[in-house]
Formats: sequence, structure tokens, C-alpha cells
Amino acid sequence: MSSELNIIEGESTPITKPAPATHADVKAKVESKNWFYTDIVKDHFFNPRNILINDADAEKLEFDGVGMVGSPACGDGMKMWIKVDKKNDKIVDCKWQTFGCASAIGSTSMLSVMVTENGGVPVQKALELKPMDIMNRLGGLPNRKFHCSVLGDKALRAAINDHFRRSGQTERIIVEGARIIDPDLKITDKDIEEAVLDGADTIEKVQHKLKVGVFNKSCLPAVEELIRFYKEKYFG
Amino acid sequence: MTEKTIYLDNAAATPMRQEVKEAMDPFYVDVYGNPGSFNSVGHEALQQVDEARKTAARILNCAERELIFTGGGTESINLAIKGVAFAKKKGHIITTTVEHHAVLHTCEWLEKQGFEITYLPVDRCGLVTPEQVRDAIRPDTILVTVMYANNEIGTIMPIPEIVKVCKEKRVLFHTDACQAGCSQNLNVKELGVDMFTLNGSKIYGPKGVGLLYVRLGVQLEPLVHGGGQEGGKRGGTENVAGIVGFAKALELSQKEKEQENTRLIKLRDYLTAGLLQHIPKAVLNGHPTKRLPNNVNVSILDIEGEALTLLLNEHGICASTGSACTSGSLEPSHVILATGLPYEFAHGSIRFTMGRDTTKEDIDKVLEVMPAAVQRLRAISPYNLKLEEYISKEEQQAMMEQYTKVIVQ
Repeated sequence: MSSELNIIEGESTPITKPAPATHADVKAKVESKNWFYTDIVKDHFFNPRNILINDADAEKLEFDGVGMVGSPACGDGMKMWIKVDKKNDKIVDCKWQTFGCASAIGSTSMLSVMVTENGGVPVQKALELKPMDIMNRLGGLPNRKFHCSVLGDKALRAAINDHFRRSGQTERIIVEGARIIDPDLKITDKDIEEAVLDGADTIEKVQHKLKVGVFNKSCLPAVEELIRFYKEKYFG
Repeated sequence: MTEKTIYLDNAAATPMRQEVKEAMDPFYVDVYGNPGSFNSVGHEALQQVDEARKTAARILNCAERELIFTGGGTESINLAIKGVAFAKKKGHIITTTVEHHAVLHTCEWLEKQGFEITYLPVDRCGLVTPEQVRDAIRPDTILVTVMYANNEIGTIMPIPEIVKVCKEKRVLFHTDACQAGCSQNLNVKELGVDMFTLNGSKIYGPKGVGLLYVRLGVQLEPLVHGGGQEGGKRGGTENVAGIVGFAKALELSQKEKEQENTRLIKLRDYLTAGLLQHIPKAVLNGHPTKRLPNNVNVSILDIEGEALTLLLNEHGICASTGSACTSGSLEPSHVILATGLPYEFAHGSIRFTMGRDTTKEDIDKVLEVMPAAVQRLRAISPYNLKLEEYISKEEQQAMMEQYTKVIVQ
């Protein structure tokens, strides 16, 4: 697999390829403060949109759903609040908090914009969002940062499920895939299936995409088994 | 945006000195000969390589033929460990859990080839004891390799004491001294080591040049076979410019060693005290005194090191982190985990390694920027961890007291 990103065409945001993420060491004596992120990621990192600074505001703003994914031990953690216009079944506000690297912060920030722009996004549309959509809007993420957009997406889904639960729409709750493989990161067999379909054919490559089992190693045998299963299923 | 770059990543790479560059310049275009050639152009190159070897031998207090120039610290380490392993064909090797990956991955590879490896655990400060080494030595132990100073947390290992144990037990000893080149004792006779690795790019010299001292009598299989260069231990035409630059850099850094150590230790303790005072829930990684003069490494709860590094970078401050996010493997620092701290601390670790150019003004700038940067990330973090859940109040207090003592001295 090449070190460059697979980018889906058709988004309005100009897409620039990120620098290959092979070396993270900081350069000395540089005029510009180059990093290996796109300008859009940097912009969302330095000027994050829709942050919930004060936990007390969560009460005041009367959110309809809240979701959380990750843990400080994993190195990434995201919490997302949504407000839903119930009459039109639209997400009208989205606030968040993130512990993690610049791309994790950038991904959550971008996602919060994506689900609230143009006067709000129908809940159904929000559920159809894919991690790849977040990444495309960010102008790409280095390969091994892809999991950041996966986590953002999962936090949003958790918040939407919470909204369904609170508003009594239990039939709309989406049970994550069939089963959760990595309980810390809520990675499911479906995520692994998608990663394999996307060309990740070894545990290392799947981990680069999903970060699955990096912290919670007890799930690694299950991950390996699934990779083997999906490889055989799709590639013979 | 024309802020001065405050480069605090000297453990990763030191800027090459102007004098070193000037010493190297003639050997690219003008003195192009092969030191192995029997003609005047080649002879000129050979003389300069010999001269450089003499300089290095004088500083390390060894014979010139005990020195092998290599393609860097990693290659020297590979040659030392695999070279002994291949010469002995089988056996047991002892190392530590906090070594650089050049050592760890070499040892792991040898494990696959049938060698047995013991990875000694370290204490909270990153130290192994000579007793641990003694207890681990077996009749079939062929090599002990322990780093001189840690690249991440700066802890200085008790090398002479470990060497004493190895000598008693008649086991070969190698040390990866890549991080120790500027500040520590490099006299291999005084240290008593059998093998000793140095790296040009950590001593204000060129990248891609390393040195391996191998005591006469130590059997070593070469890894690179070729034209018999470096006493037959490392084939390939000598990197003349690199070797000349390496020797120059080593010589210059030795000259100012004492003076620089005194200056840097003051700055190090000033920076550490400032960070611990002004940033809540921050802890020092490594040892308060047995540490490199230029190394400060702290872990900060609730935030992630890569994001912090990026914020600092925006202020022109170049630092490093042990966070998983900057590692290729997505695993956080094995060193910080090895000291017994949980993952949360490894993700939130930040390393400042000062250098010759670092001034008090630079450190003041770091101390000005850091608390605000941490506060900014904490404001958007969903976590508010309690330090005492990870480190007891008593341990925290003891650490602070020990540290305050250091500062007062």
C-alpha cells in the first residue's frame, strides 16, 4: 500500500495531498512552521469551532444527546453533545471536547461544522457520514492519523444514539455493528471489515487505520481472526 | 511569524557546528581520493582519516586500531551486538527495557535467531542497578549492553559499577553512549567498557557517521563485508568528510564540556522547577540529579503531547513528545511506560533537550508559553484526571522535596 492517502473525489473543499507521515521530528532553523498537516487541519486545531469550554454549559444548553469514546490511556478521547430540532429531525447544534493530537482535535472540530452547517443536518444524513468524509473535508490526514476521524465519527454516533434513547425512539438506535471488538475505542467488526476492504491486509496496517488493540491488547487475537476472515471473504 | 526558532530537540539531532562544516568542506570536491588508493590524492585522504582516528583515540583514551567508523549510532550498535552474537554463535544477552530501539530491535531480532535476551526492568527514575545485572548473568551470558544515558528521560546509568560486575563475571560489556557524547566521561579505559558507541549527529557533527570502540581482543564478526576497511570490521570506502567532521565535533565538544555542563545544569533545573511550579498535575520523568545536563522531560495529565508540541511549534519552540501520536507504531514511549507510569503519562509527555545555543531567555520563553498552552488544551479536553490516583500524595511530595533540594544546591 502506498503511503499516500486514498481520496474520494466529489467534495467541494479543495483537496490537497498531505505530506507523507514518515518522519515526525521537528525541523530546525525553518522559516515557516511546517507540520505534516494540511492548512485546514491546522486551522481547526488552532481555531477549533463549537467547543464546549465549560461543562456547566452542557446543562444550560439543554442538549438532547451526549456521546463519548476513547480514554486517556488510549491517547484519544472525545465527547460530543448534540441539540436536535425534533420537529424537523435535524441536528442544529453540536459541541465537543477532545483529548488527543492535532488531527483528533481538527477532526472533531470539522465534524461539528459538518453536522450543523446550512441550518442543520438531518439526523439520518449525519448517520450516513463516514470517517472518510471528515478526512476529505480536512484536505486529508496522514495515513496513521486516519483513526482520529474514525473516533470523531463514533462520538457523533454515540451522541445520536443517546438522543434516540432519551427521546424514546429506541427503534432508531443503531447497535454498533454486530459486536464491539475494542471496548475502549468502540471498534467493531464492521470497522475492521471496511479497513480490510480498503487494503489493510495486516494487523499493523489495520492498526494504523483504526488504532484497534494498540492499548487494549486483549482484543488482538480477535482482530487477527477478523482480518483473516475478511481477507478470505473478499480476496480469496 | 519571524520569531526566533528555539530549538530544544538536541537529543534528536544537534545542529552541525560551522567549524565542523569547514573541516569537512575540502573532502567533497578537492580531496576526493580513496584512502585505500596507492597514489597522492588517495594518500591525502588517508592521512586525514588517520588524523581523525588519532583525535578520537586520544579523547577515548584507546588505540587507533580499536576504533571503527560506521554509518551512524544505529550501525555501531548493530555491529557491537550482532558482531558479538555472531562470533559466539549462541548464548544469552542482557539489556534493559529503556534502551533505544537500535538496541531493543536488534536484540528482538537476535531472539528470533535463537539467542536468549533478558530485558532488565528499571525503577521509577529509569535506573538499573549493578545487582540486577549480577543476578541476570548466567554461565552462557555473552554480552551485557546498557545505555550510558537515556535519550528520552536523560537518566544516566551507573556504567562503571555495572562494568565492575561484568568484569568479575567475565562477560563483555557494551554501552550505547550516543546521548552521552557531549557531557559525560568518554574515557573507555576509566569506564572499563569493552565496546562503546558514539554518534556524530548528537555531538554537533555530521549525520550518518558513528564510532564504535572495540577493545583489542574482543571477537567481533563484521556485518558489512568488503575491501577490508576499518580493520576488516566494516567494509566500504571510508566516509572521509564524515569521519573528519566527526573527529572535529568530538574534539570541540570535549573542550567546552565542563563549562557547558555547569551552564546547562543550571538551565535544566530552572526549567524543571518552573514547569513543575506553574503547571498543575505535571511530573518530572527520569532522575532529578542522575540525568543529562540538557534534558528535561515532564508528563502532564489531561493533555496529549503532540497537540502541545504543535502549539509550542507555533511559538517557534521545537520540542519532542513520547506521545503515541508521533510514533510510527501508535504506541506511546516505551521508556516512560517502563518507569512504571501508566499510559496517560506517556501520552502527555514532553521533552526539551537543550544545546549550545540555548539561553536563559529561551527557557523564559518556554516558561511563558507552556502554562498557557497546557491550559488551552485542558480547556478543550473532556478529562480532568486526578494525579493522586496515579501517584500517591507521599510520592509526589517526596519528588517535589527531592527536587527542591536539587534546586537549592
